[in-house]
This record gives sequence, structure tokens and C-alpha cells, in this order.
Amino acid sequence: MEIPHLPAKPDAGDAKVPAKHAHIKGWGADLDHANRPAYPMERMPARLDGAHSHPPRQQARSVEILQSIERPSITPLFGTPNPPSGLSGMVRRVAFKYSESDLRHWLLLLFADRVNMVEGLGEDLKRGKIPNIFAEMGLKSEFKYNRDAAVRKVVIASVVAGIGVLLWSNSRRHRPERRLRRR
Amino acid sequence: MLAMNYRGPYRVRAEQKSAPYIEHPGDAIVRVNRACICGSDLHLYHGLVPDTRIGTTFGHEFTGVVEEVGSSVQNLKVGDQVLVPFNIFCGSCFFCQRELYSNCHNVNAESSATGAIYGYSHTTGGYDGGQAEYVRVPMSDVGPTVIPADLDLDDAVLLTDAYPTGYQAAEMGDIREGETVVVFGAGPVGIFAAKSAWLLGAGRVIVVDHVEYRLEFVRNFAQCEVVNFKEVDDMALHIKKMTDWMGADVCIDAVGGEAAGNLAQSITGIKLKLQGGAATVLHWCINSVRKGGKVSIVGVYGPTFNAIPIGNAINKGLTLRMNQASVKRHLPRLIEHIQAGRIKPSEVITHRMPLEEVSDAYHMFSSKLDNCIKTVLVPPRASLSVAH
Repeated sequence: MEIPHLPAKPDAGDAKVPAKHAHIKGWGADLDHANRPAYPMERMPARLDGAHSHPPRQQARSVEILQSIERPSITPLFGTPNPPSGLSGMVRRVAFKYSESDLRHWLLLLFADRVNMVEGLGEDLKRGKIPNIFAEMGLKSEFKYNRDAAVRKVVIASVVAGIGVLLWSNSRRHRPERRLRRR
Repeated sequence: MLAMNYRGPYRVRAEQKSAPYIEHPGDAIVRVNRACICGSDLHLYHGLVPDTRIGTTFGHEFTGVVEEVGSSVQNLKVGDQVLVPFNIFCGSCFFCQRELYSNCHNVNAESSATGAIYGYSHTTGGYDGGQAEYVRVPMSDVGPTVIPADLDLDDAVLLTDAYPTGYQAAEMGDIREGETVVVFGAGPVGIFAAKSAWLLGAGRVIVVDHVEYRLEFVRNFAQCEVVNFKEVDDMALHIKKMTDWMGADVCIDAVGGEAAGNLAQSITGIKLKLQGGAATVLHWCINSVRKGGKVSIVGVYGPTFNAIPIGNAINKGLTLRMNQASVKRHLPRLIEHIQAGRIKPSEVITHRMPLEEVSDAYHMFSSKLDNCIKTVLVPPRASLSVAH
């Protein structure tokens, strides 16, 4: 579409540029508020080609769309990717029983996001895809550009994992004795 | 088609998924040739934005070529090279009639407070974004703008969000001739806010950050003063000392909820999510600005609540202005600035990477590796030197 241009207004004028700002390209070009595109904040009529005076036609609903209870009805337009599903979808449906000013709405959605992350891992495995978490986290670039920190992280993670494995195997080794002692 | 695919906090990958299709007569399908990673994408990447679903494709800064249009589209045709503002808007609602396109009321069923944004969680409408080969562009008669023939595509893609948001940040500061403007944050938006402050006639521009290479960049790009907050004990006190004990006339928050600089804010706002992000910069803005001064907020915060010194704001008689940028209303003037040679937005681009390397691109941007300031992703089949 064509760009709806502002009425042509001269710049502040190079002659007015203070000497101390002469090295700054464009200094004061929009000093005049008339040159500022979002002034005043609410501007009517809108300078927009192609706008209609009536609301857009209603988009057909092909998937489940969760709707804010602060709205009387579905909006004419909405996004359709990733409709609610599974356990995370159930949590999201509960979240949408609360208004946006109710903290439970947002905390439930954040919780649902974490549940959804686990569901995503399950979906990958179901498709026979083992996610390459190292690659997904972009850690190759960490080794390339921040090698020392990357090595340090790997060493720390290895040590922590090693201690964990050691403690776990140790507890398993002693488990039968505990059972015996209980008897 | 190939698309970026969110798998959980800090995990993304490029993967094949179904291509979008016309779902409404006003839709267009755009074949993407440039898609930036925005600083606000990192809030999604870090898992901080509620209702960010697995499988979402991010990306609200993109340009491309119109591939298909819906039956009611009149202003676009197949083959048009377009830049697409990050806001999805109808052009006809109460808010659009007032040019508040970022606050459109007809495009996001899932929230009444938030407009719609491409690829930015279901809280902003649940639309997929442009870090993909193709993207659905709703209301294509009013949203996209055909890119003028003399405009570089790398400049055009920065007109979809970062540059207009930086400009609007300065504009909301209602800068008068000679005023002192402090911009918190030297990311792309802060960089453009600093440059725009000069265009609006500022007398002094100071940018605050803690990443040295970004401070160095903005010092050269926007010819401003810089402050590394890690070298300062008390930010508000430091600004007072720099401004003859008055405080700045205008303070701009170009950081948002993932700010460093205050441990208590970081723990409660980012780690424990007890706030809608760390309000460190809001604190600094309110306490560093002069009485009767203006605070402009474009940094992104979560939808819950934040601990800010509102009492100080009242006692100082401050004006606080904030909004997502209504990109469309800024485009004509900002294109003029580029064409007149007053600014070259594409200078902030430090990395151009194939979409296939999206995981590395996000990690590099998030961890500020290799002096990363702005990354452009290029989908397969889209050449870096697309002619138009």
C-alpha cells in the first residue's frame, strides 16, 4: 500500500542548529512538534490508507481459542497456531476463568507453560525424535565465542552430576541393610 | 516450510512445520527474506512471558515478498516487497481510529489489555511470527508497507520495530530544545532512542548500560555521553551530579523487566517471578529525573505487578508515558530520516545468520557473545542481497 505521508514540513533548519550540535546529523529535525509523527498521542482522523470504518469480517473459528473474560465475545481476528491441548491446555482453560487483573490467571498460565515444556519433550519422543538439547540451547556458539566459561560450566555440571551419581549409588548399596535393620 | 520452533526456556530450533494459509479474506501470506531477533524476544526465550506455548514461532521484525493475498485485499499484490510492523491491527476500531495501532481491540481474543504482536505468545494474540520461510499477515490492507525502491532491506527490517520504538521512546519524552535526556539501555532500542533524542532537539544525551562494547557502539553511533552503571555506586545520585544536582529532564526506560543492576529486583523479578520483571530501571528513571520531568517507558514488563517508587513520582510531579510503538504512524517520517541520511539504522546489525542456525543466534544474542547487538536471520532461499 502507499505510505500516507505527513504534510511536508521543513526541518528545524540548519541555520538554527547550535554550534555545539553541528556535528550531529539531523539535530533538531523534529524539534517542531508538527514534525513528530505520534504527536498528539491520540490523533483523529487517522492517517491510514485502506482503513475501513466498519470492523473486520469475523474469522472462522477452526480451533479452540481461549478468550479473556474481560471481552464480551471473540475478536474478529485471532491466531490459530498451537491451540490448547493436553494437561497444559486444561490448566490454561482454568486460567481463563479469571480476569487479567487476577494474579491466578497469570500464575496458572506460567505453570501451564512449564507443563507444556514437558509435553513437548514427550511429543518429540513419541515422534521418535530425541531432542538435542545441547544444540537447541545454542551451546555450540558458547564454545566458539566464550570457550573458558563454557568449559567451566561443563566441568561444574560434570562434578555436580558425578556427586549426584555417587550419592545415588551409595544409597542403593546401603538400602538392603536398612531393610534388614528394620526387620 | 522451515521455521523457528520454541521448545521451552532457552531451547529453540529450526524445524519443518506446516506453511500458513489464508484464514481470513484480509490476510496475506508473505515469504520472509529478513527476520530480526528483538531484545523482547529474549523475554519469550527466557520463559518469562505467560502463555508462550511449545511450537510457537517467534519473530515480530520481518520483511518479505507477498506470496498470496486474500479475497478482500486491495492495497497489496503478489510480488510486493513489504516491511511488516510488529503490531497486528485492524485500522477501524476505537483505538486504530486514533492512530493507537499497538492498542487495537479487534485482533487479540486472549487479552483485553494487550494488542496483537506477531510471534509473541498467546498473550498477544497467538499468531506465529516471521522467523520462518512464510508468515500469515492479517489485515494486510493496513499493516504492511511497500518498501520504497531506494530503501535498503536491512534498513527496512529495522523499521518494523526497533527504530520506531526507539523514536517513540524519545517522542513520548516530549523533548524540548536543549533538554537533558538519559536513556537506560544500550540495546538497539536504546541506541535508536538516543539518536532520536537529538532529532527532537535534545541538548545532552546520556546512555547508561553495563555492557562495554554496546556503550562504545552507542557513543559512536549517537555521539552521546555514556555511563557504565557498574562503575557507579548510586545511579540516581550519579545522574544528579552530572546534571548540576537537578536531575535529567527526560529519562527513558529502554530495558524492561530483565534489567541488571539491583540484586533484590533481579531475584524477585526474574528468578522468583514475584514481580513482572525486575523494575530496576523504572526505579532509576523515577529517581534520576528532575521534578516535573518526564519518564518514557518502552521496556517490556510482565502483566502482573512491579515494585516501583510511585510515591516519589507523585511527589516530584512526574509525567509517565508508555506504550508499545504504533509503528505504522511513524514510518513516513522515519523513512524520510533514512532517505535524508540523518540515520542509517542497519549500522546496528552485527550478525547475519541463516535461519537454520537459530539456536546459536538466540544464545549469542542472549549471552551477548561476539559483541552481538542485532541479529538478522535469513531463511533458506532468501538471498542476503535480495533486489527489489
